[in-house]
Amino acid sequence: MEVFLQQLINGLTLGSIYGLIAIGYTMVFGIIGMVNFAHGDVFMIGGFIALIMFMVFTASIGLAVIPALLIVLICGMVLTGLWNWSIERVAYRPLRGSFRLAPLISAIGVSIFLANFVQVVQGPRNKPLPPMIQGNFVLMGEGSTTVVLAYKQIVIMVVTVVLLAIFWWLVQKTPLGRAQRACEQDRKMAALLGIDVDKTISLTFVIGAALAAVAGVMYLMYYGVVNFSDGFVPGVKAFTAAVLGGIGSLPGAVLGGLLIGLIETMWSAYFTIDYKDVAAFSILAITLIFLPTGILGRPEVEKV
Amino acid sequence: MSAAAKAPAISPTGEINWTAAMKEAAFATLVTFGLCFPIVALKTVQNMANELVLESRWDLVLTLCATVFIGRLAITALKARNIARPAPKAATGPGRFDALRPYVAPLCLGFIAVYPMLALGMVGPGGSIKWIDNFGIQILIYIMLGWGLNIVVGLAGLLDLGYVAFYAVGAYSYALLATKVIPELFPSLGFWAFWVCLPVAGILAAFWGILLGFPVLRLRGDYLAIVTLAFGEIIRLVLINWIPFSNGYAGISSIPRPSFFGIPFNASDTGFAAVFGLEFSPIYRTIFLYYVILALALLTAFVTVRLRRLPVGRAWEALREDEIACRSLGINTTNTKLTAFALGAMFGGFAGCFFAARQGFISPESFTFIESAQVLAIVVLGGTGSLIGVVIASIALVGGFEILRELDFLKQIFGQGFDPAEYRMLIFGLAMVLIMLWKPRGLISTREPTAFLKESKSVSGSLVKEGHG
Repeated sequence: MEVFLQQLINGLTLGSIYGLIAIGYTMVFGIIGMVNFAHGDVFMIGGFIALIMFMVFTASIGLAVIPALLIVLICGMVLTGLWNWSIERVAYRPLRGSFRLAPLISAIGVSIFLANFVQVVQGPRNKPLPPMIQGNFVLMGEGSTTVVLAYKQIVIMVVTVVLLAIFWWLVQKTPLGRAQRACEQDRKMAALLGIDVDKTISLTFVIGAALAAVAGVMYLMYYGVVNFSDGFVPGVKAFTAAVLGGIGSLPGAVLGGLLIGLIETMWSAYFTIDYKDVAAFSILAITLIFLPTGILGRPEVEKV
Repeated sequence: MSAAAKAPAISPTGEINWTAAMKEAAFATLVTFGLCFPIVALKTVQNMANELVLESRWDLVLTLCATVFIGRLAITALKARNIARPAPKAATGPGRFDALRPYVAPLCLGFIAVYPMLALGMVGPGGSIKWIDNFGIQILIYIMLGWGLNIVVGLAGLLDLGYVAFYAVGAYSYALLATKVIPELFPSLGFWAFWVCLPVAGILAAFWGILLGFPVLRLRGDYLAIVTLAFGEIIRLVLINWIPFSNGYAGISSIPRPSFFGIPFNASDTGFAAVFGLEFSPIYRTIFLYYVILALALLTAFVTVRLRRLPVGRAWEALREDEIACRSLGINTTNTKLTAFALGAMFGGFAGCFFAARQGFISPESFTFIESAQVLAIVVLGGTGSLIGVVIASIALVGGFEILRELDFLKQIFGQGFDPAEYRMLIFGLAMVLIMLWKPRGLISTREPTAFLKESKSVSGSLVKEGHG
């Protein structure tokens, strides 16, 4: 029971991170029907920006951890958003309307470029950071079988919930969100009704990247280490989450993220930690084969 | 970009509005600065106490920003010149080089056939190993993989991001059979091990292709790509973690090398050199390996060319263009896709078997996703469906990488710490994006139709809806 509760907490924390990344995949897929292969690496860039900014604010300027973390979050969102904006502008926009393989290949190229760019400018080694937030609540049990809720896990969950609330408001209530949903339904019609489609797509990429940046900060805070190759596996897992929840569906992405996080931690706890990535990839394959529309997705209707 | 909307930097007649052009360039520079700001300007390094400290590199940021500023202006100027003086329309009718066309393929083949001898003659046995092995064999392996994947992606239009899985199946089949099974069960095979295992590895890979292909082939486009990626990763992770089977990260070493049809390449009395009355040298094996992979690659190309003329090849191409039309014409789409998948996998298996025999050592590190991406990039950048395109793209990408290792003079320009090979994958990623932007349909985008009325005409790539699987 204790093990289960502990893994539930860990799984939800990890799931929040995956969910935040998954939203970026699902939004981009919803609006231009493309798998943004480089999204995992954008998340990794977010982690690196967070690492550097955090060091600047705590070590060089001498701020306390909590205000530094807040500033890092905001700077990270803006700068990572700028990265994704530039990527969309340079590598994807000219290929919109080209044949189907072209944007995907371009995205794979961007993904390889980003990982190796960071490797070249920041070096190939792991970047460890001393723990930002230490301490935890002991919820129940004693001795070796305790259920522990670390402060950093609370921070991760709270920030995720707050951000998702803001994001939900942004998509449901603002003109930007309306434009975004309109483009998702029918890009040509939206353009005819005076919506700047290019701008909306750019903003979609920026929002997706901002959420990925938050995930990057959380990842850095949770594991305390970031590496140039850290984009690929979390990226694929977040994509799995988006597919599992039903690609194109925003609540689905969050739900899928939580599920993937839970499955991964439970698998590590009860089976073997070696095969936890195999578990995630297998779920991806099984979902796509047996439930291609995901849990909350709409079935695709093919017109001839 | 709003400034550009008011007064365009280039007028319709091709004159440059310098204020607007400057504004655009300044904007691009500002964006570059924003991108570089923390991640280039401040490098995280570990100090003696193993703590991370920051090291600033503002000079590098300034250089990058200046490059972008000048580059943006140059692009504007180039565009303006192109508008002012439109490029002359390519002449229709017989071109200047049309008379040479029939000779190009035999000439290339001839060059490829004598290439090892040429290298041997020019730089001697010591220097030529590098040229035959690193350039010749390496490029030919990728050409073969490219041609194999071309059956799946180029002909049948199925996007496969996990092709390296079949390469791994081929390599591990040979490695395990040759080091564990054959010495125990069939010791009499001796030096024939490679030649017996080669077809077995291909068949096993094809079998895995059918096994993996069966459930996934009803998926379309991007979904298929992601599932194949997942399968590729699963196979690699299993190879890493299932240590009793594959020896994990440590890999399998001392894999037997191929023999000259039963005559080994060693210094003994029954070795290749002694039998043919030559002085012993490791170069003979390298040259032999070169011809083996050349033969395997040509076999792949031959099978592809012949299959395109068979009903199944036509069904592949029809399937790529319109799956629904195919189904309504009574083509069994699942079987058609499976044959393409299995054949592509088989050639991947052959290539993997050869790879294991050539290296003598394999580990899961050789079969990462990047490898799949590289092969797919070769197929797509060359122009999906084009055999020549694959050759050009392999020479450019793989040969380009190898040349990057040779550029030692750059060290004198950028200092000793500069290693050009470090930039390999960076340039590779950038090249993928740039070629896609320049030619979204790949370098060779015209194709010869297999079925035609009276006269064969090349069709521009933009007229076919390829890859709509």
